[in-house]
Amino acid sequence: MTIIYSFIFCGFVCAIGQIILDNTKLTPGHVTSILVVLGAFLGMLGWYDKIIDMVGVGANIPITSFGNTLFLSAYKGFKSMGFIGIFSKMLSEVSLGICSAIIFSFLFSIPNKPKD
Amino acid sequence: MEKKEYQKLVKKTQPKPKRSNNLIKAFLCGGIIGSSCEVIRLLLINYFEIKKDASISIILLLLIGLSCFLTSFCDFDKYVIKFKAGLIVPITGFAHSIQSSALDYKKDGMITGLGANFFKLAGSVILYGIVSAFIFCILKVVFYG
Repeated sequence: MTIIYSFIFCGFVCAIGQIILDNTKLTPGHVTSILVVLGAFLGMLGWYDKIIDMVGVGANIPITSFGNTLFLSAYKGFKSMGFIGIFSKMLSEVSLGICSAIIFSFLFSIPNKPKD
Repeated sequence: MEKKEYQKLVKKTQPKPKRSNNLIKAFLCGGIIGSSCEVIRLLLINYFEIKKDASISIILLLLIGLSCFLTSFCDFDKYVIKFKAGLIVPITGFAHSIQSSALDYKKDGMITGLGANFFKLAGSVILYGIVSAFIFCILKVVFYG
């Protein structure tokens, strides 16, 4: 059942992005930024966790989950360490996405010849 | 010719984008990515006895590695133009933007080209994600404690 929910939710988020792309003059950069802020907002309301419980991994794939995990780890940091915790724990859980993207793209760009 | 008339003419002759077609493509592409990841996760949990958190990390690593690989060795740009938001909104778009800016600016040298422009497109995601998470965190602390 979670497979169908994943299909619907992941497709729904992509469809929202496509609607924004088609009907306005915004670029893909704008769309991803808007969706990240939206994910952080849903995380603040506590709704995104419920979506993840229901949908499964389909809710971890769209870029909205990036904002949600940023918010959650910052809030956890505040709970454990106070105001300093926001700064020290903010990137702790999204580190996987950022670091793997950096390392893979650096390694794969070495054998490629520079484009003209 | 006045500006308004000219703009009317331009609007007439511009090809209209096929909105419903694009929408269906994006929905299907995103849905297929999401549901196939769910299938992989169920396989990992049931047959390889991997914990739930670790399985999500493995799937994200797979997606990011795959999209970086396809961007640098195959023509991933072609599929991004075809499916648009279906590939931009999932985490594949984040990896694709980093990889393509790395490839584009490699000709300017390793430091001033590749290093300086690495986050040219993905930087906005990280910047606005962190700023908005900080603001929302402060808001939640102030109003809910």
